This record gives sequence, structure tokens and C-alpha cells, in this order.
Amino acid sequence: MTIKATIGALLLAGTALCAPATWAQEVQRGGTLNFTAPYGSSVGTLDITASAEVQTEIVAHAMHRSLYKWNPETGKPEPDLFTEVTVSDDGMTHTYKLRDDAVFHNDKPFTADDVIYSYNRIATPVTASPSANFISRIQGFEEVQGGSATEMSGLKKIDDHTLEITFTASQDPGFDLMQNYVPIYPSNVDGNTQATQPVGLGPFRFVEHVPGSRVSFERFEGFFGEDDQPYLDRLNILIMGEAAARDVAFRNREIDVSVLGSQQYQEYQADADLSKGLLEVAELFTRVVGFDTTKPPFDDKRVRQAVNHGIDKDLIIDRLVKGKAFPAVGFMPTTSPAFDPDAQGYAYDPEKAKALLEEAGHPDGIDLPVIANQNESWGAPIVEAIIPMLARSNIRASVEPVENAVLEDRITGGNFTAFIWSLSSGPDPLNILRCFYSKTAQSACNYTNFSNAEVDRLYEAAQQERDEAARNDLIRQADAIIRDEAPYWFFNYNKAVMAYQPWVHGLRGNPQELAIQDYEKIWIDDTAPADRKPQ
Amino acid sequence: MGRYILRRLLQMIPTLLAVAALIFLIFSVLPGSFAGTMTGGGRRALSPELVAQINAQFGLDKPLPVRFWDYLVRLVQFDLGTSFRTREPVVDLIAARIWPSLQLALSAMALAVTVGIPLGFLAAMRPGSLLDSVTMIGAVSGLSMPQFWLGLLLMYVFALQLGWLPSFGYGEGRLRNLILPAIALGFAPLALLARTTRAGVLEVMASDHIRTAIAKGASPSQMVRWHVLRNVMVLIVTTMGLQIGSLLGQALVIEKLFSWPGLGSLMVDSVAIRDIPVVQGTILVIVLWFLVINVLVDVIYAAIDPRISLR
Repeated sequence: MTIKATIGALLLAGTALCAPATWAQEVQRGGTLNFTAPYGSSVGTLDITASAEVQTEIVAHAMHRSLYKWNPETGKPEPDLFTEVTVSDDGMTHTYKLRDDAVFHNDKPFTADDVIYSYNRIATPVTASPSANFISRIQGFEEVQGGSATEMSGLKKIDDHTLEITFTASQDPGFDLMQNYVPIYPSNVDGNTQATQPVGLGPFRFVEHVPGSRVSFERFEGFFGEDDQPYLDRLNILIMGEAAARDVAFRNREIDVSVLGSQQYQEYQADADLSKGLLEVAELFTRVVGFDTTKPPFDDKRVRQAVNHGIDKDLIIDRLVKGKAFPAVGFMPTTSPAFDPDAQGYAYDPEKAKALLEEAGHPDGIDLPVIANQNESWGAPIVEAIIPMLARSNIRASVEPVENAVLEDRITGGNFTAFIWSLSSGPDPLNILRCFYSKTAQSACNYTNFSNAEVDRLYEAAQQERDEAARNDLIRQADAIIRDEAPYWFFNYNKAVMAYQPWVHGLRGNPQELAIQDYEKIWIDDTAPADRKPQ
Repeated sequence: MGRYILRRLLQMIPTLLAVAALIFLIFSVLPGSFAGTMTGGGRRALSPELVAQINAQFGLDKPLPVRFWDYLVRLVQFDLGTSFRTREPVVDLIAARIWPSLQLALSAMALAVTVGIPLGFLAAMRPGSLLDSVTMIGAVSGLSMPQFWLGLLLMYVFALQLGWLPSFGYGEGRLRNLILPAIALGFAPLALLARTTRAGVLEVMASDHIRTAIAKGASPSQMVRWHVLRNVMVLIVTTMGLQIGSLLGQALVIEKLFSWPGLGSLMVDSVAIRDIPVVQGTILVIVLWFLVINVLVDVIYAAIDPRISLR
């Protein structure tokens, strides 16, 4: 089951990457794309450095660029705003040759000053930027945060197009600096205006924001890179938080793409026409039930293992999640470079679960109160489904439904016995392993208060290891220990699904977040509705 | 009249302050915090330092009485504070949303008034007729039908099947985009107005002065214009006032469904992310709207019926 699921996931992801690109057809320029932002009924701010919301990220990726960019095909960061980088022998200092052909939407040429300005702005405590974590490894970050400096000492301009960045650790900075949350803003524009009048150097220029309805862009003729010129004339990102409304609008050809939930996924699969336009990808998210490993009885790994054996996750994925997920074998997902294809997950075995509980000194069973939001794929409905399963193993599970903001507050504040959630498990496996490092604060992703000396040792060794294969091997060893220690019930890896119209081409299966697309690579053909097709 | 309106407007101040205090206290004790939502739904680590910075920036690290006092001081200066989420003044966020909200609420009410009142009248003039039965069945359905479901039904029929209207979006405030959300929002008040009007007219028609007017040979149009309409208007205006006052707040489901950029959807998203200043600001605006409508209704009472004096 495990190997089949893994291979299936990888094949699906691979197929998804090229499915919508009908290369035989000649690329057409022009037209308008109606994209959707499906995660809420508004976009809070247009300044991505002040937000942690995917809605804002969907919008920001149209108009901003970061130092690195993510390549979903290779699963690695690659240069975006620089052409070459030289790394010092100790791996701490990176010297970037910045692009000399990039300009901002206000015609300002891109230089090293813009990178220094942007990173210092994020680091300044007065901005209280949730993006700060991504630049925290730049030397001098702590001093700026502490107020003893106003600029990070690790940022040094050599000349207009040469920048030296010194980090406090030798690990690849690309995973952090490719994030859409650390874009490069022009240094000649007041950062406070980015919330309403954003200026970037991305492929599309901001035109208008109708709060709660849409954000519109037009092609930026000055976008850098000969091969990356956007095809579309206009891009509308429509804010549509209601799945049912998206469904009607998609079927009515008013929108060009729509992110599907599990119920719609099943309906679209069953439809002869709609099923032809489905882009699927195994996203880097792991759905789990987390236990506070410091609280009895969950401080005993046998109890945690018993929960893992007591649930038939395949059945839940099939019946409740409608096949829109891959069964998890551990925390690292199949699309992570540190995933172990030989890994074995926990088989459904209520008798073994009971035996483990007895061995742990709980012959009468245990109580498992789980806090959950109302999400259909990783919330209260799932916990309700596992209650009768766990009862067979003498585990008396119960659900405490809470609102999402309360769920996040209680998890980060350690106010729970168990919770169900969807956690990011990529793209950087080392960064993910940090969430199991005992020195990581509970609020800073070590939600289960996990502590294991061997995992700590492997994490520290991986941090120092500069060879990627060797580093991933260390992470894989740590992941095996985590799998055995079972701080989570490993439920599933998300399968994200996007429906697209037949005239849309160039979408990519981004396992980080399917709704984040490289808009400059998308084009539409002349079978699109008259008001949107290329003229 | 002028003194009366001024007095009523001044009376709104303590009401607004009491509401503001209540909202502040409720959202101060509600579990969940803005900083906690910065994990982006499990997508990123949230350092304790960032939580402290966010709380410090928005004054959330101060004791509750200090925050309350700061809030009141700002409020009396018409400063609704700064949004945690967008870091823009709350007034600006509300200003961007108030016109679409009013557009939707007033259109829905216009539909309810222009269709609901005549329907109620006609039904009452012919009690027991087919029109009466259909109107009352429609009224009961309209009152019991969930807005969300009605909105989806309208989308399905008029956008997907007939292709006459767009299924969502603001569309620069074009009428085409307004029609479906306005019908979805206006259907319940339309039904209530039809039902109320019918009941009111039937009651007036059964009264002695109508019998006298008929005995004196008044034509049906004279009777309706001079004797029925004026008497039933107080009831209709009361119902209209209550409905129009609450439409701004009720619109949130419709706004979300149709991607309409109003106050309701702003409030819902702000509650979800615990952007408290925006929640407080939007609720205050909705309450203020309700109070202003109430004053207007009282003024209209006096115009309709001279027996009602404004003191």
C-alpha cells in the first residue's frame, strides 16, 4: 500500500506538471485571465511583508519577485534576481551578481540598494513583519530586532549589481529567500504605500483593488528576461471564498481556474468535460493529529503508536476525503527530497493498538480529546469519523470544535492535549526538521513539544552538511525516528486540485501551493470567451 | 421638528458609546488572537519574538483598562484605529466598502418596497383570490428560504442556465452585477412587507370608518387613497425601517457569495483573523445606520399621521 501510494503520488505530480501545457498548439499572446483567490472573501493587504495569508501571496506573486525563485519541476530554489553566486569556503558568505536588466514598475532600475532596503525593512521590529523569520539567518538580524542596530551587518553592497550577504549558518539560503513573503521592493518608494499602491518588479503591474471583489493587473512591458515575457495582457485575481459560487462561475465560463474541495473534486471527476481540465499535485502539506508529548498518557510513545494503529486512514481518505489526499507514512511527504520511498507507515490494526496500550499500562484505555476546526479534510468531521474506529482499540476520542483563530491560538500556546491540523511539510526538509528540534519553541512549530536527543544530533549535523544528498540522508534518518516516535497521527498528504478551462495553458503543478502560479507562463487561446480572448 | 431631530441625534451618542464598550469587552475576552493567526494556517513557524512585536505594535501588550481608555479617547475623536491586518486606518477600509454596501442594501429595499407593498395591497383587496394565495405562499417561502440557497438558485438559473447576468463580482458597480445579489438580499424583506401590508390593509378595511366611507359612496380609489393608505402606512414604514436598518448587517452572506465588496464580508474576515479594530468599526457603522434609520422613521411617522407628535 505504502509503495503504491508513493509511486502513485509521484506519477500524479509528474503528470500534473505538464498536463495543461498543450505544446503542440502555438502560443498566443494577449487576452485576460480570470484567476481566483479561493481562501477568503478579501485580500487583507497588498503588502505581502505584512501578511501571512495565502490570499495575499496569490496576489503578490503577480507583481513581485524575490532574490530566488522556486522551480516546482526540480523542487529546488533557483536564481531569479541574480545571474550567479559565489559561496565562501565556510558556506556563510554569498556574493550575488545581480541582474542588470530588471526594472521596477516605477522605472527605477533594480540594484543592490533595493535588496538591502527590503531586507532591512522586514527586519526592523517596528514593522512587526511576519516575514522576518525568512531573513533571520542574515548576520546582524538579531541586533536589528533588538534595537541596537538599524541595518543588518550581513548585507554589504559591493557595487550597484554586486551584493554580499553573510549568513549565520551555512545552509542553503535559497529556500528562505525564494519566498514570496520576502520580495524586493524599490528603495525609492515609501514602504507604507505598498499596502495600497504596490510597486514591484514582477511580470504584472498593479492596476486596481476592489476590496472583497478583485485585484486587477496589466502586463509589465519592462519585465526582465527575454524568455519570461508574460503572454497575457491583463490578469484579474477574483476573490471568491465560496466554493459553491466558484463552481457556478466556473461552469458559466466566467472564471478560468478554480481550486476544488473534496466534494467538487468527485463531481468534476465524474463529468466527461470537466474531468479533462483537472490539474492535480501532491502538495507539501501533511495532515496530522498532534499530541502534546509532555502530557500523560501521550508522553509514552506506545500510546501514540496505538493511536496510529487504531485508525484506518485509507478508509477515511476514500470515503470522507473522496480520494483527494495520499495516505501519510510519516511527516515528510512524498514530494519532499528527504522522503524515504522504503518507509512503512502504521497499518490499521486495532488489536495491536490495544496491546500497545496494555503494555503502556492502560488496560482500560485512554481518553483522547481533540480540538478541531470545521475543515472538511482535516477538521472536526475527520475526528468524528475516527471516534468509532478508535473505540475498538479502547481509545475514547472526542472532538472539541473551535473556530480557526482559536485553534491556531491554542496550538501555538500549547493549550491542548491533541489537535488536528494541516501543517506545511516543505519545501526545505531541513527547515521542516527544525520543527522536531527540541530547542525550537512550541509556538515556532514544535507544536508537540517533541524532544529526542538523536533527532537533535541529526538536525545539527544536517545543518552543517553542505552536500545535499548527504544532508537529505541525515534528515531521512531523523524522519524515521520521528515516524517511530509518532508525535502525530500521520493522516495524509494533501492532493491539491485545480480545475481549468480548455483555453488555459501553462499552469504548473506547484506542490508548495497550487493556487500560486507563475502568471507570466500562462496563456489563453482564442477559444476563450470573447471578452477575454486574445485579440 | 429640528429640535426633535437634534435631540434624537444626541441621544444616539450614549447608545453608540455603550455599544462600543460592549463590542470592546466581548472581543477582549473572546479566545483567539491576531498574532496566533500569523502561522498562516500551519504554513509557517511563529516565533515568540514576532508575537511580542505584533502585540507591542498594536498595543495588545497593555492592560485591558488602558486599552479600553485608549480606545474611547480615539473614538471620541472619530478615530476608529488601525487595522491589524492591513495596517491602514479602519476609516479608510470602511470608506472603501460603505458605498457598495449601501448600493446593495438600498437596491434590495427598493425591490422589496416596489414589489412587496403593491402585492400586499392587491392581495388584501382580493382576499381568498388566486393572487392572494400565490402572494402569501410566496411570502412564507421568502421568509423561510435561506439567503445562501436563494443566491445559489438565482446564480444557477439566471447566470448558468439563461446566461442573462453575471454570477458574481462587483463589475464597477454596474446594474447587471447588482441585480442578483439585490434580489437575493431583498426577497425576505419583500415577503415580509407583502405580508405586513396585506394584514394591515385587511385590518383597516374591517374598521368602522371604512364602512362609513363606503356607505357615503366613496369610490374604491378614493377609499384606498384617503382612508386605507394613510392608516396602514405607519405599519409599513415601521416594517420598512426595521428591515432597511438591519439589511446592512444581514448582507454578509450575500456579499460573500457574490464577491460583493461590502461591509459584511469585511467584518466576517476580520472576525476570523481577530482584526478587532475593523470588527469594532464595522459593527459601529452598522449600529449607527440602524439608529439613523430609526430617527428617520420617527420623523416620517409625524408626516404620515399628524396625531403622532414629535416631542
